[in-house]
Amino acid sequence: MTVLNKRSVLKIAAISIVAAAALVACGKKEEAKPAAAAAAPKAEPLKVAFAYVGPVGDGGWTFAHDNARKELEKQFGDKIVTSFVEKVPESADAERVFRDLASQGNKVIFGTTFGYMDPMLKVAADNKEIKFEHATGYKTADNMRTYDSRTYEGAYMAGVIAGKMTKSNTLGVVASIPIPEVIRNINTFTLGAQSVNPKIKTKVVWINEWFNPPKETEAATALINGGADVLMQNTDSSAVLQTAEKMGKRAFGWDSDMTAYGPKAHLGSAVINWGPYYIKAVGEALEGKWSTGQSWWGVKEGAIDMVSVAADVPEDTKKKVDEIKAGLKDGSFAIWKGPIVGQDGKEVLAKDVVADDKFLGGIKFYVKGVEGKVPN
Amino acid sequence: MESYALLMAATLNAGTVLAIAALGLLINEKAGVVNLGAEGMMLCAAIAGFAAVVHTGSDGLGFLAGMAAGAVLAAIFGLLVIYLGTNQYATGLALSLFGVGFSAFVGIGYVQEKLPQRPSFEIPFLADIPLAGAAFFKQHPLVYGVIAFVFGLMWFFYKTRTGLVLRSVGESPQSAHALGYPVRRIRFFAVIAGGALCGLAGAYISIAYTPLWVEGMVAGKGWIALALTTFATWRPARILLGAYLFGGVTMLQFHLQGLGVQVPSQLLTALPYVATIVVLALISRNPAWIRINMPASLGKPFHPGS
Repeated sequence: MTVLNKRSVLKIAAISIVAAAALVACGKKEEAKPAAAAAAPKAEPLKVAFAYVGPVGDGGWTFAHDNARKELEKQFGDKIVTSFVEKVPESADAERVFRDLASQGNKVIFGTTFGYMDPMLKVAADNKEIKFEHATGYKTADNMRTYDSRTYEGAYMAGVIAGKMTKSNTLGVVASIPIPEVIRNINTFTLGAQSVNPKIKTKVVWINEWFNPPKETEAATALINGGADVLMQNTDSSAVLQTAEKMGKRAFGWDSDMTAYGPKAHLGSAVINWGPYYIKAVGEALEGKWSTGQSWWGVKEGAIDMVSVAADVPEDTKKKVDEIKAGLKDGSFAIWKGPIVGQDGKEVLAKDVVADDKFLGGIKFYVKGVEGKVPN
Repeated sequence: MESYALLMAATLNAGTVLAIAALGLLINEKAGVVNLGAEGMMLCAAIAGFAAVVHTGSDGLGFLAGMAAGAVLAAIFGLLVIYLGTNQYATGLALSLFGVGFSAFVGIGYVQEKLPQRPSFEIPFLADIPLAGAAFFKQHPLVYGVIAFVFGLMWFFYKTRTGLVLRSVGESPQSAHALGYPVRRIRFFAVIAGGALCGLAGAYISIAYTPLWVEGMVAGKGWIALALTTFATWRPARILLGAYLFGGVTMLQFHLQGLGVQVPSQLLTALPYVATIVVLALISRNPAWIRINMPASLGKPFHPGS
């Protein structure tokens, strides 16, 4: 009897673990068709799923993706059903989540962080009929493509404003993980500032995480203590802006409009609008025109913008930002155009040479004016 | 020089959070109860305190709400481990995990909220002293409060009768019981006091230290506070020093980068944790260091009549 009892206990335990796992995997769902149930039978809606690295409420990176998901629902109405799983770690867990999403009948799956690259590639190989969309990566397959936004364009415009507004000529960047994208943003921010103020120096503090508000706060405090009076961050929360607000310095919003988090400190927000790309991608999947490739959208496609510029930013600076936007839109202006000098004084881009995407994707050096060394 | 003064200020600030929580945990550990739920209690208190300030605009009410949240969770924990005899470690871990999830759930609506503008604190005249003013006298009142509290706690543990009874309950509950002290009730109150202080620390994080709410924002400080009690061999003054040391190491990693010192940032990120392991290894080598101060019945349940 006792043996039997023990077994049944084990069985119950096993069942409850499976049930719990299933519950977690289901994530949260938002049905997009409350009224459609009663209507005549239609073609089944396309199931679209998103895997987010942070919580939807981070106010930055993941928040921007989720806003775009809502935009997507508005655009396609009852033709699609979207769902998301938030806080999916960039580890082996990610693969399990993608397999779950695949087995739930999703036909388009978006993964919104660099670290999902290899897990997605593996799952894509086993699910040929599903379209995989991976943000910020570089590996593709027949049914997996990449998309990214030119966040450095926002960083450049932030730099132009920062270069004008700084009094100490020292800028600070709270940086996350030393990958080319982040290093490129630090450099571009500095180049933007130097375009209006050649005396600019940029200090960088790395926290080695995308999202950790207390650490972001501590890093921002350290930068301000080190003499920086305008901060930018390449992390996912609003903590840097709030720290600047508390300490009477200036800062930017990143990924989403963060005005509300620090109305006095806020100089402008470099925002990413993923909506246009998501609408294009899902539209292609609906029409059967989807094919693999790589997209890198910026101001030109409406994916990047500088919004809510502070009232005390001088008019001529605001005008300059608008000119940059216009120039990026019609292709008459290039940010990474030589001569650009590296930190060691050597020219990295010769005069009048415009950097191509391959160059931009492989930036692992600091430009002149950035202090410290690139971590390796 | 200026930047060293500011590093000092940031260190005191970071150490204060750890000290408040660790002193709270010390109270219940002195009474013989280990509460591994610190992280969960701090998170729940952080959202409770933050929500209270959002709705009332009063920091004081926010801190009270945080303490209440910590105390309520601790009371549930106390009920389970003291009266129902559940395993302290398992229950504490469960409380911690529960707190992480529950605070995230309750806090969904508060992620976008921000606190009203608050005045900065400084002590008149003293704050104007060059360097020292910036380093020591422009802090939140709690930063000074915790120093006073340490002295109060030392007096309480070692100079008062109640403190003696509390410690005896942690050393030998059987003897205390034989003398007629209500062991379980004393432990229960010690656990609640510990929870309230963890709550105060949690509220300090979301109200003063990083004035915002995002889930998981305590980011392991509860676990460091737990390690601190052992690190300090259950001595209040050492807890305070240990907390400043940890706070200093945390802040140093960012300041060194800000000052342009060439140390791999990944290594600096690992520093506080490396420091914990090194110190724990060192003090564990000499059993006397731990045994003299460690409450003899720490983590052991007590059933009257057994």
